[in-house]
Amino acid sequence: MSGTSTYQPKNPVAKWFEARLPILGFAHSSFVAYPTPRNLNYWWNFGAILTFMLVAQIVTGIILAMHYTPNADLAMNSVESIMRDVNYGWLLRYLHSNGASLFFFAVYVHILRGMYYGSYKEPREVLWILGLIIFLLMIMTAFMGYVLPWGQMSFWGATVITNLFTAIPLVGNSITTWLWGGFSVDNPTLNRFFSLHYLLPFMIAGVVGLHIWALHIPGNGNPTGVDVKSSQDTVPFHPYYTIKDVFGLSVFLILFAWLVFYVPNYLGEPDNYIAANPLQTPAHIVPEWYLLPFYAILRAIPNKLIGVIALFSAIAVVAFVPWLDTSRVRSATFRPIYRQFFWIFVAVGLGLGYLGSQPPEGGYVIAARILTVYYFAHFLIVLPLVGLLERPKPLPSSITEAVLARNAAKA
Amino acid sequence: MNRLATKFRARGADSVDPGPDRLRERQGTNLLASTETADHSEPTRRDFLYIATGAVGVVGAALIAWPIIDQMNPDAAALALAQVDVDISAVKAGESLIVKWRGKPVVVRQRTDKEIASAKAVNISELRDQVARNANLPDNAPATDANRSAPGKEAWFVMIQICTHLGCVPLGQAGPYDGWFCPCHGSQYDTAGRIRQGPAPENMAIPKYEFTSDKSIRIG
Repeated sequence: MSGTSTYQPKNPVAKWFEARLPILGFAHSSFVAYPTPRNLNYWWNFGAILTFMLVAQIVTGIILAMHYTPNADLAMNSVESIMRDVNYGWLLRYLHSNGASLFFFAVYVHILRGMYYGSYKEPREVLWILGLIIFLLMIMTAFMGYVLPWGQMSFWGATVITNLFTAIPLVGNSITTWLWGGFSVDNPTLNRFFSLHYLLPFMIAGVVGLHIWALHIPGNGNPTGVDVKSSQDTVPFHPYYTIKDVFGLSVFLILFAWLVFYVPNYLGEPDNYIAANPLQTPAHIVPEWYLLPFYAILRAIPNKLIGVIALFSAIAVVAFVPWLDTSRVRSATFRPIYRQFFWIFVAVGLGLGYLGSQPPEGGYVIAARILTVYYFAHFLIVLPLVGLLERPKPLPSSITEAVLARNAAKA
Repeated sequence: MNRLATKFRARGADSVDPGPDRLRERQGTNLLASTETADHSEPTRRDFLYIATGAVGVVGAALIAWPIIDQMNPDAAALALAQVDVDISAVKAGESLIVKWRGKPVVVRQRTDKEIASAKAVNISELRDQVARNANLPDNAPATDANRSAPGKEAWFVMIQICTHLGCVPLGQAGPYDGWFCPCHGSQYDTAGRIRQGPAPENMAIPKYEFTSDKSIRIG
């Protein structure tokens, strides 16, 4: 990693070990001496928060797997026995299910932070795409995890999502049968989803490793979007940002604790406490809140294949943002027009989320169509054009100058 | 190969009878030298061995990949052709029975005269999917009401009650066509299970079935 390693072990055992495997120096240069811009704001906390959430999900998940039975006849009872019989099982399960929600909350803030401050721009394109791969893996993991309790929403969510593949011409039905291991979602499906739900978090952890590696090559961006020019512009990661991250994480954990201890089922669907019934679809099926915007896009389009393509494109288009955004200025702080479009985009995303939770009728469908068109227009029209037409505000000549100017204005 | 062999012999031939071990050694150094000095015109024995090894590796990977992929397909138990016998003596006109076949809900319905009339009144050319989707008929049979309902018993109607959009179970006798309405994404089917509005692309499928008697149907 790019940080200059000043690590000089004094302890003879550490010296002996460092000469054979320089992992202590690696950790030191990556997370202690690592030079970090001095002006990062609280939006930069979410990388650390996400790392914490990934570890928390893996730990609670491994424990839950010790008590869970991946069998269509036994799954729901085993989940209920976790809730009622296993010591602290209720706590571990609520941590895991609400943890998934907060993981997505944090990842959306993290992605939007990147969009606002232009974190995806050269030379951080690969970093951005790795992040999007993590997001995709998270969606797959969360979806398969949601299937495991084998309630009504589990079963029908699995049915609807696996049926997306039937939209593929010619081979769609064979692929779906292959995914199911039968002619409908059934015990073989549950079994393999459990296996994959256990596997994918470790793949996420691997890509997170690459993501952090790719981050440490150019170093962090910062709210001004101006590159680090001298050592004056940076502070060592420890203690400055370890403390800031711990503080941000603590505030985040208050929210987490409130969800877990006061409203643990607030984000869930009551229907998922009804055992799966392949003969009856719930009157109103919705995915978990974090997938609602994409669900709204799927339903907005009255054609199966195009709807499915739109669903996947809505995520894929984000990968092209580094090339769709033509502006040479990174941070929206200095982009008066883009900044407004950014907030419109956030509002459109929230609007799609709301529409995804509503029944697919009348005005909701029309509104979802309008917002779907805008969603894609933001990436394909607004980003390229605003970058060309906008006149950005003058940039500070360095991070230090921007910080000092702001402090002077405050005084 | 012959050409390659000749080349090796020619390269080794500059010393007088070097003996087999020395010869091999020299060929090795010559080969290294030749790849390093941009002499790419002639493929070497090493190139051949690389390609042959790689090819064997690819074949081996493909051979082991197929079992790893195919294990996920329906197993022998799932494939065992399941047949379900349904007693329909209790089903009156306007009533339906739903049975589970291959994990899917199959509706057996005795339609009312009104439902039959409304299904028959539809002109095929107005339908979105003009094929019957009936496993008992040829693939290209048109989606007439006669091709959708039981042969010779137009009141009786057997269908896999699964929306062709994303696999939800539509609600019966609902929606503007008084056929089936899918609550998931709003697809609307008529009284012959044909798609009329909404995102679903096809008519709902009709499974293989036969009347074993007036009171009994065998599905599958």
